[in-house]
Amino acid sequence: MDIKYAKPFIEATINVLSTMAMITPKAKKPYVKNNNKAFGDVSGIVGFTTSDGLKGVMSISFSKKCAIHIVKNLLRDDIQNLLEDVQDAVGEITNMISGQARAKLVKMGITAQGATPTVILGTNHTIAHITHDKIIAIPFTTECGDFVVEFSMNK
Amino acid sequence: MTIDKNMRILVVDDFSTMRRIIKNILKQLGFTNVVDADDGTTAWEILNKDKIDFIISDWNMPKMSGIELLRKVRASEEFADIPFLMVTAEGQQENVIEAVQAGVSNYIVKPFTPETFEQKIKKIFEKKKNKK
Repeated sequence: MDIKYAKPFIEATINVLSTMAMITPKAKKPYVKNNNKAFGDVSGIVGFTTSDGLKGVMSISFSKKCAIHIVKNLLRDDIQNLLEDVQDAVGEITNMISGQARAKLVKMGITAQGATPTVILGTNHTIAHITHDKIIAIPFTTECGDFVVEFSMNK
Repeated sequence: MTIDKNMRILVVDDFSTMRRIIKNILKQLGFTNVVDADDGTTAWEILNKDKIDFIISDWNMPKMSGIELLRKVRASEEFADIPFLMVTAEGQQENVIEAVQAGVSNYIVKPFTPETFEQKIKKIFEKKKNKK
């Protein structure tokens, strides 16, 4: 998989978080990840497929502190139930980034449909990429902590 | 142009986060008569029990999606004229065309700002007024 596909995910992540959560993350250099260990304590994961058989996975993984900060900003409200609010909001963030990135991938010749995101909570969890291709990880920094977006896709 | 701030608004999204964001924005804009549903099936039940003036719906939802709800609303005699705003992460052109063909009143691609949201609502009700 070409590293050029990182660009739609970087742009989508910055756009979603700056528009909806008033946080402008800075992307660092993408790298190829060699294991399934999640970066943080809270991860949103979503699969996508194309009509010609391409399968992909995108995930975003936050530290607990960073997730809480972003979710508070996103809701423009206090967190009522930490577990439920963070879980639901990270799912919605994943959904929005996936949708934006897929809209940008169309311009690169890939038209993909997204599935429903799932969210995993807990330290030292893993993220299973169903594809056999390389996993590209994009680290981001923000004023509330760091997070990582990953994606992989192959036929 | 003044929009009736007391109109009954139905917000449909499977993510409680997005329902809360939309309800908070509506509250900021002065709309407090809001009811919500977590998918199209629940929304349809509410439509049949309550008097709804405006529907704001997500696209991707379990059981009944937003586009299915839109088609059902437009096909019914009773609800066909209710303004319908689609709020969705699906920003691909084919999705927008599909929604327009199904009779959507306006379309917002997530992410959005409260200002965009307000403009879309204004446009919907300006168009509705001009049709009368």
